[in-house]
Amino acid sequence: MKEIVRAAIAILLVSAILLYVVNAMEKSSATIGGGSISVYNWGEYIDPELIDQFEEETNISVVYETFDSNESMMTKIEQGGTTYDVAMPSEYAIEKMKENDLLHPMDHELLPNLENIDPYFLDLPFDPGNEYSIPYFWGTVGIAFNPTLLEGQTFESWDDLWNPTLEQEVILVDSAREVIGMGLNSLGYSLNSTDMGELREATDKLKTMGPNVKAIIGDEIVEMMRREEAAVAVTWSGQAADMMWINEDIDYVVPEEGSNLWFDNMVIPKTAGNVEGAHAFINFMLDAEVAAQNADYVGYSTPNEEAIALMDPEVTGDERFYPPEELRERLEVYENLGLEMLGIYNELFLEFKMDMEN
Amino acid sequence: MKDNPSRPLYLVPYYIWIALFVIAPIALIFYFSFLDLTGAFTLENYQNFFSSVYLRMTLSSFWYAFLITVITILIAYPTAYWLTKTKHKQLWLLLIIIPSWINLLLKAYAFIGIFGLYGPANKLLQTLGAGPWQILFTDFSFIFVSVYIFIPFMVLPIFNSLDKINPALIDASRDLGASSFTTFRRVIFPMAINGVKSGVQAVFIPALSLFVITRLIAGNKVITLGTAIEQQFLVTQNWGMGSTIAVFLILFMIIIMMLTGHKEKGGAYNGKTK
Repeated sequence: MKEIVRAAIAILLVSAILLYVVNAMEKSSATIGGGSISVYNWGEYIDPELIDQFEEETNISVVYETFDSNESMMTKIEQGGTTYDVAMPSEYAIEKMKENDLLHPMDHELLPNLENIDPYFLDLPFDPGNEYSIPYFWGTVGIAFNPTLLEGQTFESWDDLWNPTLEQEVILVDSAREVIGMGLNSLGYSLNSTDMGELREATDKLKTMGPNVKAIIGDEIVEMMRREEAAVAVTWSGQAADMMWINEDIDYVVPEEGSNLWFDNMVIPKTAGNVEGAHAFINFMLDAEVAAQNADYVGYSTPNEEAIALMDPEVTGDERFYPPEELRERLEVYENLGLEMLGIYNELFLEFKMDMEN
Repeated sequence: MKDNPSRPLYLVPYYIWIALFVIAPIALIFYFSFLDLTGAFTLENYQNFFSSVYLRMTLSSFWYAFLITVITILIAYPTAYWLTKTKHKQLWLLLIIIPSWINLLLKAYAFIGIFGLYGPANKLLQTLGAGPWQILFTDFSFIFVSVYIFIPFMVLPIFNSLDKINPALIDASRDLGASSFTTFRRVIFPMAINGVKSGVQAVFIPALSLFVITRLIAGNKVITLGTAIEQQFLVTQNWGMGSTIAVFLILFMIIIMMLTGHKEKGGAYNGKTK
């Protein structure tokens, strides 16, 4: 009994000390100047040096947290109890957050650097007039492959993924809309299809890909491809850029039937505690030099025209990552299909995972 | 202590705890399972659960959990038996338990490296003249890693109940002419059965709802009820359906607890660590 009491007291003491230290640290960081903001971003989606630079320039300290899917980010913000000041959702998530009244309107007066952005990426259907969101990065969904592990196989069409020579070689990204969308695209249907017949057909077609599927995973794809564990992966352009950074053999292609064009924008959640600081951060990220450095680090495509002018033309001229406008025509942006449709997509995805022919 | 009139007062914190952290969550899960996406009352979730996708998922979860449990017993029982015979029991036991202190994710990532095409497992196979084989993202790797993770949870209760058997009983059995097999079958096994039951509870139930390993080690080619719950809550945001699956999981757990419950007074043989 005595020992238990002693142990309990020890734990309480340690906790109290830790609590005190945390408080003291928060206080000291808050007194520096402009307070603090908390940024909620995708993993591996910012150059950490830029955060230091921002803190130095503005005296606003940054608390940085990451999420791994639009849905988990939204769920967390919706439940409250968080005070994220800046978040980086994708377009369909922004639409939904707008619907649910989770976003704080942008004050364009505080964002003079907005003029650096290519007008193509402004005033898009999911947020007319950029009332709630400011472009951060954009990209595509396509096929990353390693020619040295394949015998001359190329990927012009999604159907090439069904080629019997690719047995156990294809990794798919663990995301319902990307995979079902790929099935829809390969049949010539729209990525945003809500037609049950088309969705059923796409799922049934995907199931026949079973023998070729090695795994359905998330961020681990990059590591798998780098280490040549797999030859082919269906993934986002930026992940492909990450792979190519390390393993130069890897190539990336957007199949001709079309694919997804996506935008990740910066938003200020309704629950933000420091709206002014959030604007300062967004404006900072829009700065040409900052955006160029960030794009170099992250590997995704920047919508910042002025930044592109500062970057290596070999990178920005690469049509795989900066497809010209006529190529973008073939690509489709995800629409917010509503919770019910999202549920159906996920159920079909689950069914695909369970029924893959081995 | 028994005569202390203020005893019920001491129990108040425990009642509050149980009400807040056991009863309330279960009640909430039950409540949510009757709600649809818009928050209206519905029985659709239950109807949906009996559709072919979820039924087959349940069956396959059970099958994998069963395999994992059986293999874990096959490994853990002899280990625990042998442990009771060694000199430094506690040291050996500690060595078996220590890996369970390491975070599950960390272990899963380690296995990704070990089982990779260029990992040590395949290096070994190659020097033996076989392979390289695709080990990662197969049923084999999934079961192997799960068994590895669950072994300590099976060894511990079995060891505890074996260790508590009075050696005089075994001597008596021998003196009365029983062979060592008969001694095991008639004396040791029945007396340690409660340890096995506790072990089964500690392994089978979590195995039904594994979800990190299904993605990292099985590449989502094995789908368990846990995967489905995670997806319903985080991706689909259909809390109703997620809760419905959770309700069934709770039901399965209750059934398993009843099947492996202790009917006689033998409860003292297990549960108490050391």
